[in-house]
Amino acid sequence: MADVVAGKDRCAEHRLVSLPLSRIRVIMKSSPEVSSINQEALVLTAKATELFVQYLATYSYRHGSGREKKALTYSDLANTAEESETFQFLADILPKKILASKYLKMLKEEKREDDDEEEENDNDDEHEDEAEP
Amino acid sequence: MAERPEDLNLPNAVITRIIKEALPDGVNISKEARSAISRAASVFVLYATSCANNFAMKGKRKTLNASDVLSAMEEMEFQRFVTPLKEALEAYRREQKGKKEASEQKKKDKDKKTDSEEQDKSRDEDNDEDEERMEEEEQNEEEEVDN
Repeated sequence: MADVVAGKDRCAEHRLVSLPLSRIRVIMKSSPEVSSINQEALVLTAKATELFVQYLATYSYRHGSGREKKALTYSDLANTAEESETFQFLADILPKKILASKYLKMLKEEKREDDDEEEENDNDDEHEDEAEP
Repeated sequence: MAERPEDLNLPNAVITRIIKEALPDGVNISKEARSAISRAASVFVLYATSCANNFAMKGKRKTLNASDVLSAMEEMEFQRFVTPLKEALEAYRREQKGKKEASEQKKKDKDKKTDSEEQDKSRDEDNDEDEERMEEEEQNEEEEVDN
């Protein structure tokens, strides 16, 4: 009988939040400064995450390119992260895709700058060596 | 505790269902878009937790509570979530209260029964009591895990 009651409880929780609370708790606790979380805070965070998923999806779809094609694509999401201030915190994990050729060019340019800096550093080292008795 | 990196992922099936319910019927969501939203959701949880934790620390509390999460939403510029979250919180509190009252009512009924009846039915009642003890143990377990 105890099992049946527990089962009912779990169903009731699911009506309120559909994401698994246990998983949300694991993610929350992976942050080292957090010591404990009360049940209400956990339920609210799970609910907020659901609202966030809905909002990110609808926002990206509405502002995205795939409306005529009835499609939501990765680049719609990357655009949202880049353009909306609210979703800015996602920019690192939703980077815009670029062509490999363009990336190689960027790498080359970066390397040239690094080389220049290194040369300057080498000169500095030499000066230091000279300064020593 | 999170022992493997995939422990920090949310279940894809649930995420997909939430996305589908939010978008108009028949919209195709690419696999890449789904996994991107799922990752974004995990990052959102971490970001919200960190903000909420700052509010708890300001209040010199060690345990995150509901008001910390609500304050975090405002700080993160997700004010639009505050009203639906408050509604969800009320629903959750009602649910908890309902559960508590139901179990108290059950106990009262049982006490009455024990008072009025004689001991010849004690065998049945022993069984009932065992079951209730099991329930209580389970509730205690849940509470421990929660904190």
